[in-house]
Amino acid sequence: MDFLNAIVLMANFVIVPALTYGSQLALGAIGVTLIYGVLRFANFAYGDLMAFGTMISILITWKFQSMGISFGFLPTALLALPFAIIATILVSLFFDKVIFEYYRIKKSPGVTLIVVSLGLMFVLNGIVRVVIGTGDRQFFDGQKFLIKANEFKELTGLNEGLAIKSTQLITLITTIFVALLLFWFLDKTKTGKSMRAYSNNEDLALLSGIDPNRVVMITWIIASILATVAGTLYGLDKSFKPFTYFNNLLPIFAAAIVGGIGNPIGAFFGGFLVAFSEIMITYAYKKVLIYLLPENLEPTSLMQLLSTDYKFAVSFSILVIVLLFRPNGIFKGKVL
Amino acid sequence: MRENENVILSFAIMATLLIFVGVAQSWGVALSILNLCLISAVMSIGVNIQWGYAGLINFGVMGFTALGGLAAVLVSVNPIEEAWSVGGMGVLTSIGLIALLVFLIKIILKKITQSKKRNILIGVIIFLFIILIRKIISPSIEAIESVNPATQGFLGGLGLPIMFSWIIGGVFAALVAFVIGKIALGLRSDYLAIATLLISGIIVSIVKHEDWLSRGVKNVIGMKRPAPYEIDLQQTEWFINMVAFLNSGKLNLINDILKKEKILNQLVMDASTIFVKLCFAGLFSVVVIILLILAQKALYSPWGRMMRAIRDNEEAAKAMGKNVVKQHLNIFIIGSAIIGMAGAMLVTYNGLFTPVSYQPLRYTFLIWIMVIVGGTGNNYGSILGGFIVWFLWIEAAPISLFFINLLTSHLDNTHEFKRHLINSVPYFRYIIMGIGLLFIMRYRPKGLLPEKIKIQKI
Repeated sequence: MDFLNAIVLMANFVIVPALTYGSQLALGAIGVTLIYGVLRFANFAYGDLMAFGTMISILITWKFQSMGISFGFLPTALLALPFAIIATILVSLFFDKVIFEYYRIKKSPGVTLIVVSLGLMFVLNGIVRVVIGTGDRQFFDGQKFLIKANEFKELTGLNEGLAIKSTQLITLITTIFVALLLFWFLDKTKTGKSMRAYSNNEDLALLSGIDPNRVVMITWIIASILATVAGTLYGLDKSFKPFTYFNNLLPIFAAAIVGGIGNPIGAFFGGFLVAFSEIMITYAYKKVLIYLLPENLEPTSLMQLLSTDYKFAVSFSILVIVLLFRPNGIFKGKVL
Repeated sequence: MRENENVILSFAIMATLLIFVGVAQSWGVALSILNLCLISAVMSIGVNIQWGYAGLINFGVMGFTALGGLAAVLVSVNPIEEAWSVGGMGVLTSIGLIALLVFLIKIILKKITQSKKRNILIGVIIFLFIILIRKIISPSIEAIESVNPATQGFLGGLGLPIMFSWIIGGVFAALVAFVIGKIALGLRSDYLAIATLLISGIIVSIVKHEDWLSRGVKNVIGMKRPAPYEIDLQQTEWFINMVAFLNSGKLNLINDILKKEKILNQLVMDASTIFVKLCFAGLFSVVVIILLILAQKALYSPWGRMMRAIRDNEEAAKAMGKNVVKQHLNIFIIGSAIIGMAGAMLVTYNGLFTPVSYQPLRYTFLIWIMVIVGGTGNNYGSILGGFIVWFLWIEAAPISLFFINLLTSHLDNTHEFKRHLINSVPYFRYIIMGIGLLFIMRYRPKGLLPEKIKIQKI
């Protein structure tokens, strides 16, 4: 019984949150990695693109709510998501046209593009703050819990409860669905193959008659979809605050690099790796060990490796360790 | 010669703008903008040394600034003896243990050949040491933090004059930069950017959460000052006499003695704040000028030429026998030390240390905009960038308010759209900065004052 209790405790505080957080990071990391693979620069504006997409879906959700449209037990935001995706795609295509295209034609080095993306970051950041403000925004509606801690306890007779929020399940399912769709697209369709070819060897791809503009456009479209979906899911699960999206950019970058930058599958697993390590290292294991160990060995301290304030340190350490031992990432990078 | 004219002209325009603010808003505002411009100029000189001279992307500016601020606290605040007596030993032992750990790892790296076993050994040693250190330090930390938590609750500092911290801040930043450089400088340029950004996040979270060291989010207030305090000035004879003398024309017109006294009092109060700010401006200008002279000397020395050679063609520089890795590390340390100094100056000027205020947008990316707008690789340019960008950063709100009022003048004041826009005036500065950066990158990628390269004729 104690063993089961320990497992449920771990599931409640480590596995379920890490799976959710990991899904959000994974989607973001795939977006970053795709942009890196095709456009060849680290896009620092990506976090704010996520914030922008989320803002649009919040605005549409509010509109729907005021019109009395709802999505049953699911959050209305899911209904708003497609519209938000379209808006974000249009915005990023617009920014690509007015900002990035010039440098692509000039073949500027990646460092220049990083600085340019900083400019875009400031612009998007400003727009989001002007439109929706800096405060905390809740836009979740519908059924909050799939199973509550109390219900679980009654159901199983265990001491520990397991609470699963509906947003957590939605996040996981959406992520797996989107990721599978994307991998199928990259692997099986002609367009996807042309993207991979372009990322692998630009000149060769051009010689084989691949239209670079089309590849770039599709990359931005996919990246915007991923940004909006990941951002909205994150906002639904926690809450929307423009500043947190910039902060999430760092673990997302870490995930993309750890998985091998330019490699979507790597980025996907990188996201989960970063999320699991962040949560596992900052979790206090005292209660779990009390269940597992015999009474005379029970710990008195929290048994926490690192306080939760140092989440950054975890993603950074993983990044450094991976870069020192496998400079190209866990899954070899630089190939889509 | 034409280049120099540009420099003089642009700084003259900047001075005019500041004087305009002085006349239109108030001299106090103009001087505080000037002071922060000077501090920003120091930071952008630091970033320019890294990015402009050597092409290293350092997105960790925020971290070094925070370290400088921490140095200001550790140098100037009086030591809290009670806290030292309850927890000093634990903290010192832990620091000793950390030093021992570093030493041990160094020995292992030297003595044992590279292998999987070595990596595992290092991992195990680090893990054991972390557990040991935490065992020793946690009771001490608890004891320290419970000493007078409302006003103290930390170890305090050395109680030295705060000006020392400008140097110590530089030293702190240099030490940390050495460690970071050792880890991260081997990485590709874009990885370096991300790694430094992450590290600066870690530094700030340490400053924010290690209460025994820096009081964390509880802030340290009422720090020492190199300049006199306003209240003291207002009671000093010579200062009152000076204000009376300067305003004698105005004061002589008033006959009523009581009224005269009252007006003089008001004048003294205004003058004292301006005087204090002038003192700061003088100190900061000295620092900026010294740094500028040194940076210019370095830039046009053989060392500076070598740095530019490494930046422009690393392979060729390597082939000429230059130690690229070592030079990168040097320049990373020098630039970071200057940023650390600026961080200490900033805390000195504000008189308080607020870890929460360290945000990457403000302390990392804004400084980067300064360097790029001003002119990469040109020291005058980065100072100018510091001035222009900070000036715009502060004046963006009034400017955008003006434009909002102009564009929405046909709307009623209670109109929701207009009210929303006016409420979000502070955030327009982000958009203005971003658009400014994008324009500069597109149409003047070398910045307002481009890099000057002297070609010596042989």
